[in-house]
Amino acid sequence: MNLTLRIWRQKGPEDKGRMVTYQVDDVSPDMSFLEMLDVLNERLILAGDEPVAFDHDCREGICGACGMVINGNAHGPQKMTTACQLHMRHFADGETIDIEPWRARAFPVVKDLVVNRGSLDKIIAAGGYITAPTGSAPEAHSTPVAKANADAAFESAACIGCGACVAACPNGSGMLFTAAKVTQLSLLPQGQPERFTRVIGMVDAHDEAGFGGCTNAGECTAVCPKGIPLNTIGRLNRDYLKATAKRGDNTPGS
Amino acid sequence: MAVTGIILVLFLIAHMLGNLKIFTGATSFDHYAHWLREIGAPLLPGVWFLWILRTALVVSVVGHIWAATTLALRARAARPVRYAHRKPVQGSYAARTMRWGGVIILLFVIYHLLDLTTGTLNPVGDPSRPYANVVADFAPKRWYVTLFYTLSVVAVGFHLRHGVFSALRSLGQQTPRGERRARVVALVLAVGLCVGYLVVPFAVLTGLVS
Ligand code: HEM
Ligand code: SF4
Ligand code: FES
Repeated sequence: MNLTLRIWRQKGPEDKGRMVTYQVDDVSPDMSFLEMLDVLNERLILAGDEPVAFDHDCREGICGACGMVINGNAHGPQKMTTACQLHMRHFADGETIDIEPWRARAFPVVKDLVVNRGSLDKIIAAGGYITAPTGSAPEAHSTPVAKANADAAFESAACIGCGACVAACPNGSGMLFTAAKVTQLSLLPQGQPERFTRVIGMVDAHDEAGFGGCTNAGECTAVCPKGIPLNTIGRLNRDYLKATAKRGDNTPGS
Repeated sequence: MAVTGIILVLFLIAHMLGNLKIFTGATSFDHYAHWLREIGAPLLPGVWFLWILRTALVVSVVGHIWAATTLALRARAARPVRYAHRKPVQGSYAARTMRWGGVIILLFVIYHLLDLTTGTLNPVGDPSRPYANVVADFAPKRWYVTLFYTLSVVAVGFHLRHGVFSALRSLGQQTPRGERRARVVALVLAVGLCVGYLVVPFAVLTGLVS
């Protein structure tokens, strides 16, 4: 396959950045999208040019490091698939592909396609954990959990923190990520003690980081590589309403 | 957003039911409009009750617009650098047009108040004879008024299709099954209100109400 790539190049946080066009020939349809970028980078290095910086780690769709907007779609055209698991057979020979970084105030560009997603860590730091020391994994049957809750918590726990939901959201909101990280704990017995301080803390941290507000538009779910459903945000809303109604009852931190 | 929106939806339902009284004839419809001005009497003098309702509506509309503006400003601030290549939104058309749709509906409501409440822009324009006002409004030769009303009511329909679902979600609707139900409720309300509002101008247009 021969492809024309238009890639966002930005030397550093202060650089203005621009789209630069590259021609990449002899791409195998069996390559992953990132392997195709590796090919481009090898050629750029041989030619003495600066390679395109992009984030990646596991390359098997589980770590959440990779992520770029491909032809206007976060993680590219294939549903439930990270950029590293996207294969070139989903593109046509001779196609022009636009590649841009996640665009959000809370995700400043570090270089080229690499953005700083530290704001997601700040949301986690504001309550995305439990304080009870749990030791090693307990015997599964010692703490009964209703099947529906276990399934929903598991679904939320599949979030890999890639930030595609933010990149796709017309409001630049990180509510799907926040909801996944709140509900993976709030649906389980171990998550109960901090249930209400957690949701308030994490939503506050989300807003402070400069993310937009959620309007239930549903773009996030459409691009999420882990298929986190939109109703997860409803679970967060329910917890948030309960938590705000509780304010004043001396729950520490609320 | 959700709370003020729901108050406005309740108003829309009541207003639609009131409008449908036009099919019971001129005397009955005019009598209904006069009664609106006297609810609460003798406990409350004259149009007090109506003004209480109007105040609640204005507070809701202002609150609704304030919340929407805050969200729009936050959205704009949250993405300072735009995408060069942006896919048309994959979510619903209704969700995508909430902001512009809301502005169009506001302009419509202003025109509508000048038309049928104050009578300023109405060919009859006699606040004591609302039936005559409505009939004059949608006369076939004023087809453009009917067209504008139709487009606006359809805009309200789209606004509600996403708005009602979104409001239920904001108020804590949380299961996938409930989500399907909430979407059905929103669709039924949107279509029901559109039809309920549109039968009046079309009944006048086709001579069913004259
Ligand atoms: C084709 C559809 C409609 C017709 C025939 C209609 C008819 C009327 C009439 C006759 C009045 C005056 C009532 C009176 O004098 O007591 C009125 C008032 C009003 N209408 Fe409509 N209407 C329609 C659709 C709408 C829609 C879609 C909205 C909102 C988005 C709306 C909002 C209002 C408001 C806010 C008032 C003023 C209420 C008040 O007096 O405080 N109407 N309408
Ligand atoms: S919710 Fe989905 S899109 Fe958002 S960070 Fe988690 S895995 Fe990525
Ligand atoms: S590199 Fe780990 S998810 Fe793509």
